[in-house]
Amino acid sequence: MFGQSNVLAQGEVNFPPSVEDFYLPSIAPWGAHNNYWFTKITFMVWLAVGILILFFLLTYRKPQLVPTKKQWIAESIYGFVRNNIAVDMIGHQGVRFAPYFTTLFCFVLLTNFFAIVPFFQISPNSHIAFPAFLALISYVLFNWVGIKKHGFGKYFKHALIPPAPWYILPLLIPIEAFSTFLVRPFSLAVRLFANMFAGHMLLLVFTLGGFAMLNANALLAPVSVLSWVMTVALTFLEFLVIVLQAYVFTVLTASYVQGALAEEH
Amino acid sequence: MYFLAAEGGEAHNPILPLWQEIVVGGIAFVILCFVLMKFVFPRMEQTFQARVDAIEGGIKRAEAAQAEANQLLEQYRAQLAEARTDAAKIRDDARADAEGIRQDILAKAREEADRVIQAGKDQLAAERATIVRELRAEVGTIAVDLASKIVGESLADEARRKGTVDRFLSSLESTGAR
Repeated sequence: MFGQSNVLAQGEVNFPPSVEDFYLPSIAPWGAHNNYWFTKITFMVWLAVGILILFFLLTYRKPQLVPTKKQWIAESIYGFVRNNIAVDMIGHQGVRFAPYFTTLFCFVLLTNFFAIVPFFQISPNSHIAFPAFLALISYVLFNWVGIKKHGFGKYFKHALIPPAPWYILPLLIPIEAFSTFLVRPFSLAVRLFANMFAGHMLLLVFTLGGFAMLNANALLAPVSVLSWVMTVALTFLEFLVIVLQAYVFTVLTASYVQGALAEEH
Repeated sequence: MYFLAAEGGEAHNPILPLWQEIVVGGIAFVILCFVLMKFVFPRMEQTFQARVDAIEGGIKRAEAAQAEANQLLEQYRAQLAEARTDAAKIRDDARADAEGIRQDILAKAREEADRVIQAGKDQLAAERATIVRELRAEVGTIAVDLASKIVGESLADEARRKGTVDRFLSSLESTGAR
């Protein structure tokens, strides 16, 4: 926000945008670089947490059997994750994971959503720290659930040894170990991070590109306009990605938990 | 931004997380989880459960009420049928009683009538007999008086006179009877 406005005010555009555009100066202490405790990014995380807590606490202060409109909205969000993700993926026992999945879904959705909110316009999830932390929780969660259900040895045997002929097992066990215990958390984190990162980068390219062309030559103004129209179109696409990635993150976590709980492959 | 790299900030690698952000994000997310998972979603489950209970309870209550209503209806029907049978029986009894009473009354009336008639007949007969007896005496006297007047002589002999009169009357009767 601050960096961009500086750039626009100076009439200079650093185009093409780089990775450094994702690392904004600190708010407190003001303007410090390489100080990450209180930046726009962390501010947005706190804001998302505050909004979600306020929303749910206020709408669910006095729950009624016949819901009010706000209560209905809150219940619909929870009901959606509970029934369409937790119960659908895991089955009846998925209900006990529904509170976490809903929290996860809401948090990812709202932090993603900052990517297209005016004046925020960057998602905290475009910094891998946040997706990585969420993926770590998912990783710990599904392993813990599996170990708790089957016991340590049986869980790993169950997870690593697929029902296959013995002579293929030397090949399959490393693959299973790699995909389940290494790739899963990594892919979970990177999928969300990369989507939000790329989305922000795309919007930057088309927004700043418009300015860059306008600065380069006034005759390029129509192309600049086209570029900004593209920005609007890509914002809609970004909205789709935002919702989809929040959903995918939650569904994959549910799927991993389901796999850990399953009796067979 | 263009000055970031220039002003001493080392280049960032986007795939390496900033540990400060992990700490901040972790704390924020854990707080969020704590609040929502402790105070909001369990209450939602409770509300869902209460709603299910309310609906199921309503259905159960309705079923119970329906069953009770059916039972009452059956009971009333049974009572009604019983009452109808009773009424029919009472009516039949009453009819039979009435018939009996009628017959009794008729019989009594007939008896009474017979008695009255008989009494009348008896009385008549008695009166007739008395009259006949009196008439017989009177007619005798009158006839004798008449005869004596006509003949101009008194029949001294009472016994003879009586026998004559009797004979005359007997002949009269026998002619009347014939």
